[in-house]
Amino acid sequence: MKQFGGPLLFLNRSDINTDEIIPAKYLTEISKEALKPYCLEDLKLPDFNPKTDVPGKAAILTRANFGCGSSREHAPWALEVNGINVVVAESFARIFRQNMYNCGLLAIDLPADTIEDLFKTFYGKPTTLQVDIEQGHLTFLSEGLVKEVLFTLTDFERALVKAGGWVQFAAERY
Amino acid sequence: MSGQPKTLVEKIFDTHLIDKPFGQAWVLRLDMVFCHEITTPVAINDLVSRGMDRVFDPTRIKAVIDHVTPAKDSKTALQGKILRDWARRHGIKDFFDVGRNGVCHALFPEKGFVRPGYTIIMGDSHTCTHGAFGAFAAGVGTTDLEVGILKGVCAFKPPRTMRINLNGKLAPDVSAKDVILTVITTIGVAGATDRVMEFRGPVVDALSMEGRMTLCNMAVEAGATSGICMPDMTTVEYLWPFIGPEGEARYGTKEEALEDFKKWWSDPDASYESVIDIDCSTIRPLSTVGYKPDQVVPIEKMEKIWVDQVYIGSCTNGRIEDLREAARVLKGRKIADTVRGIVSPATPAVYAQALQEGIIQIFMDAGFCVTNPTCGACLGMSNGVLAEGEVCASTTNRNFYGRMGKGGMVHLMSPANAAATAIAGYITTPEALGIAPEA
Repeated sequence: MKQFGGPLLFLNRSDINTDEIIPAKYLTEISKEALKPYCLEDLKLPDFNPKTDVPGKAAILTRANFGCGSSREHAPWALEVNGINVVVAESFARIFRQNMYNCGLLAIDLPADTIEDLFKTFYGKPTTLQVDIEQGHLTFLSEGLVKEVLFTLTDFERALVKAGGWVQFAAERY
Repeated sequence: MSGQPKTLVEKIFDTHLIDKPFGQAWVLRLDMVFCHEITTPVAINDLVSRGMDRVFDPTRIKAVIDHVTPAKDSKTALQGKILRDWARRHGIKDFFDVGRNGVCHALFPEKGFVRPGYTIIMGDSHTCTHGAFGAFAAGVGTTDLEVGILKGVCAFKPPRTMRINLNGKLAPDVSAKDVILTVITTIGVAGATDRVMEFRGPVVDALSMEGRMTLCNMAVEAGATSGICMPDMTTVEYLWPFIGPEGEARYGTKEEALEDFKKWWSDPDASYESVIDIDCSTIRPLSTVGYKPDQVVPIEKMEKIWVDQVYIGSCTNGRIEDLREAARVLKGRKIADTVRGIVSPATPAVYAQALQEGIIQIFMDAGFCVTNPTCGACLGMSNGVLAEGEVCASTTNRNFYGRMGKGGMVHLMSPANAAATAIAGYITTPEALGIAPEA
């Protein structure tokens, strides 16, 4: 199975929508790779510049209802082609969450107080997230700080991630 | 359908269930898979590259080019071509190209493709619109769409129903748009995530199918998987050309159709995850402020907000009733010099009907630009994109930052209020301009 996690990007706001993750004007692209330069282009946050903050990141930590709005799978794709394969949040919009697993990517929700604690501890510091899917462990590491958090995937979600996505799973089963 | 009492959506899930992997996901058989040119081409290309360029049933797949049409550049032309070529090679007869195309969630119901009890997916978040007919209709991403096209199935979480009782009676200047904005601001933009919103009560009963589609259309703005209404005589009347003797002759009389539709009704003692009661009698004409659809205020309490553009159209409010509502306000009046007015009738049939009723003339006399049916401006792809810093009063469904163009601001409202705003140049209501509501 592929490796998940790596350098962490903090997006410190709730309700980040898929228009912010990838604006509709780029939906005219028919390859995932073409979305790469535009990831999170319309997201306006203090201390965030998509041009410099997205490259090199492999994971995102954010707040509630991440990925709300449009059903565009271009949103997970824009993350994926930038090397981001796991998003940790307080909650996700349904379609975005499903799209992540359908692509074999991870959308992990954690309790609000855990998310708050992670922001308090790591926000503003260069942080790495390690993901152990088998054990259900997330490890956040920064400058001597370490936090371990447990997470659970349903068997169905784990099967999708292992199969590499829903197309492979469904093609074999139905 | 025996056993314990069930909600409408539970009945749909039970009758369409084909697999429960790990006992966790419900894999449902799909009655319809709807496709448009933005999210489908990547699925088509992926199926081709996997050597699985097949469709589960060409009669259950409907496709339209609607987001950018006619094509505006080479890229959108290619998206249209991929969809067109695919529809042809698989014998998908219900494919709607330029001249016959319209906004998917207005066009497909109008063509009679939606029935009570159906399961429907589309690679479009506003697919929840079709729940107005008593169907379970969910927006999905391209991968779910791809599997839907190939296998005719889709996986969902177990059904959870949130009952929204819309009580009271709407004031004459209040429409379905104001009702759904009220619902969204009541429960928040994630208030119905992973739930189906079942709309009940006298307000829904009194709404036309157009109004119910407006209501269900924005269920996703509260995070819902689908909106849903009980199919009644209003539903039967709308579908009659398709289900009666002129159509597939499934029913001899409307009463017979209604009796059959009733089998889908939520059982009286069905249990709901939550029940929300909203007194709709007190709703006033509303507009969004800010960048989330749950940021809603009564227009009469707003400060004066000047607008650069007024847009009337989309899968939310581009149907004939919406155009009538706006035209009644615009008739004999001119829009402000500072405002660009754009109206996009949602389908060719809506456009033709509006022409016949003199509505298009009213829009043109008022100074509106009338475009062909398309989604274009709503998501800032074409036909009315905003410039940085511009403000638009819009009958669409999302006021996200930059939604209608980078750096643009969107205020969502009903067609009547959008029309009044176009006349005044700032956000207002017909009442404030001394225009009496319809008797």
